[in-house]
Amino acid sequence: MTETTLYVIQQLINGLTIGSTYALIAIGYTMVYGIIGMINFAHGEIYMIGTYVTFIVIAGLMGMGMVSLPLILVVALLLAVIIASTYGWTVERVAYRPLRGSNRLIPLISAIGMSIFLQNYVVLSQGSRDVALPPQISGGWTFGDPSLFEVSFSYMQLIIWVATFVAMGGLTLFISRSRMGRACRACSEDLGMTNLLGIDTNKIIALTFVIGAALAAVAGLLLGLYYGVVNPFVGFIAGLKAFTAAVLGGIGSIPGAMLGGLILGVTEAMTSAFFPSEYKDVVSFSLLVLILLFRPSGLLGKPEVEKV
Amino acid sequence: MTKKFYNAVFAAGIALVLACLMIGVKLNTEGTQLTVTGATTEQWAWIGLGIAIVFLSQLFAGQIDRAFGSLPKPKIGHLLPEEKKMAILKPWLFAALVVGLLVWPFMVSRGAVDLATLTLIYVMLGLGLNIVVGLAGLLDLGFVAFYAVGAYTYALLSQYFGLSFWACLPISAGLAALFGFLLGFPVLRLRGDYLAIVTLGFGEIIRILLNNWTNLTGGPNGISGIAKPTLFGLEFTRRAKEEGNMTFHEFMGIDYSSSYKVIFLYLIAVILMLFVVYVINRLMRMPIGRAWEALRDDEIACRSLGLNRTAIKLSAFTLGASTAGFAGSFFAARQGFISPESFIFIESAIILAIVVLGGMGSQVGVILAAIVLTILPELAREFSEYRMLLFGLVMVLMMRWRPEGLVPMKRPHLELKQQ
Repeated sequence: MTETTLYVIQQLINGLTIGSTYALIAIGYTMVYGIIGMINFAHGEIYMIGTYVTFIVIAGLMGMGMVSLPLILVVALLLAVIIASTYGWTVERVAYRPLRGSNRLIPLISAIGMSIFLQNYVVLSQGSRDVALPPQISGGWTFGDPSLFEVSFSYMQLIIWVATFVAMGGLTLFISRSRMGRACRACSEDLGMTNLLGIDTNKIIALTFVIGAALAAVAGLLLGLYYGVVNPFVGFIAGLKAFTAAVLGGIGSIPGAMLGGLILGVTEAMTSAFFPSEYKDVVSFSLLVLILLFRPSGLLGKPEVEKV
Repeated sequence: MTKKFYNAVFAAGIALVLACLMIGVKLNTEGTQLTVTGATTEQWAWIGLGIAIVFLSQLFAGQIDRAFGSLPKPKIGHLLPEEKKMAILKPWLFAALVVGLLVWPFMVSRGAVDLATLTLIYVMLGLGLNIVVGLAGLLDLGFVAFYAVGAYTYALLSQYFGLSFWACLPISAGLAALFGFLLGFPVLRLRGDYLAIVTLGFGEIIRILLNNWTNLTGGPNGISGIAKPTLFGLEFTRRAKEEGNMTFHEFMGIDYSSSYKVIFLYLIAVILMLFVVYVINRLMRMPIGRAWEALRDDEIACRSLGLNRTAIKLSAFTLGASTAGFAGSFFAARQGFISPESFIFIESAIILAIVVLGGMGSQVGVILAAIVLTILPELAREFSEYRMLLFGLVMVLMMRWRPEGLVPMKRPHLELKQQ
């Protein structure tokens, strides 16, 4: 294999890693949009809060003298999911529920306000500087010709792949098999009708916010461990990227969000492989514009029909 | 009552969890290790206070909502003279206001005039975004991109080609409009919320480009030493920069004072602002302005009446962008230095907050909101770190309690009086 091929393989691995976390965050956008047709702008901040909680728990438990890393990670995962879900639920309750049924612009503005609020809440409580966590999981496999280019696949990347796979599988099972999942699907089909059939739609909407926030927290934990740094502003760009992923796959469609995340991650990695890496954001946003132009319903989405 | 009580306890519990995990513990970096410290007693007291507020507000939620609902909306109608008298009075009032605006800077301190100039820039930006968001109902979250285009247009043209401020003003507005057109043409066919995201992405793209195109824009270092505007070739410096040019104080035969420049910039801002107000005010009464609002209120009805929705939206988008370009080039001239730091998303959010707070579509409201939102942070400097937090909170609360803004838009209309 030539040097370029190995390099491309390496970027593919990196891209799939980042892409799977985008997919996790994108689920939150796509589920909320599928049910109430609204962009949950504060979703990126929930992801950021998930990372902060992870860091706090890891640092706290280590400070208390706990040494077993798997145990620490499990506790961190549980707490991050619980706290982020609480944030997600509260955001829905405070900023979106009172506005249901009003003009489309109004919940969107409220959502932007919420996003600014949460970001600055974290700035004020945790400071605006980068917080770094020393790498917890190191090591991995390498292959390829050492004289040309060595492709490395770290344990952390494997963990991200596996965790994403498990989370996505769990979500798919939940949506397709459970009673609540069926109620979710019914809500995205026709909210009013579902309500008439005796399902508490408010509860289901809150549930989708909680599921979205929980998955964002999982992404926050994984990316936090992968990069090892966080600051209060990471949620903004990550949210934008995940939204792009959701639109790419077809907003409202859960498999679409997964696919969109992976495609976006790989596109970004390939861009930064051959161009200066600052331009990877430019490429992903341009991708968003292009998709919206030529296929507004996304890769797996259903075209929307406007009715009077 | 018991249900309400449980509800309040639940809300307080949630508030406790949310407060503890962010305010209660703080991450610190010690060397390479990450440590966690608990909050101080004072912070815990604040958390306790916050939770108590949540508890009480939930317990008495019904009463509070009723109180807010029955709060008399500010009615100034009866204070004003009758409509006929008003029609005669209006031009005089307006003239008095303009004279006041022009005379006022000569009597106050330099800092106040400078702040007023900044406020006027935000007024212009608010009015520009008001066309897009308030009148046409298109949520534009990348408005600051057009502001940046205007600012960089002037800075670059003056640096590379030595063009004057007055020549660049229309060019900046035109170029920003062109950017608006190029962005709007493809994306305006999309539904509203997609537009918000695309414009947000566009704002980021412009900022990233400005940051990385170091050869042209100077990257993160920005462009400094941008020429100040001149009055028919008269400069406002101590000595003329170019040979053969005169300075203002030499021409007038008075002593040099640095406040002339500040006042001059302020006066330019006033004139530009009045121009923008006038143009938009006229546009609102033209068929195109009516079409913007009609499209905002009911798109499907408009389309079935034969209005070209893309053209109408595009005109609003382009005009809004050109206003931002206008304000941008003045901003560059006033600062003398620009960098991508001035054109971040927060700036867009502030302008949006101005429009939302003032009342979408209402010119008077937007002007008042711009004044309030630029002067309040200056007055409350010790709270400056809470500024953005409060902006966010205000946006959420306004949408909940008063989505039409502080000074809702009033449109000229006739009401049939019941006999």
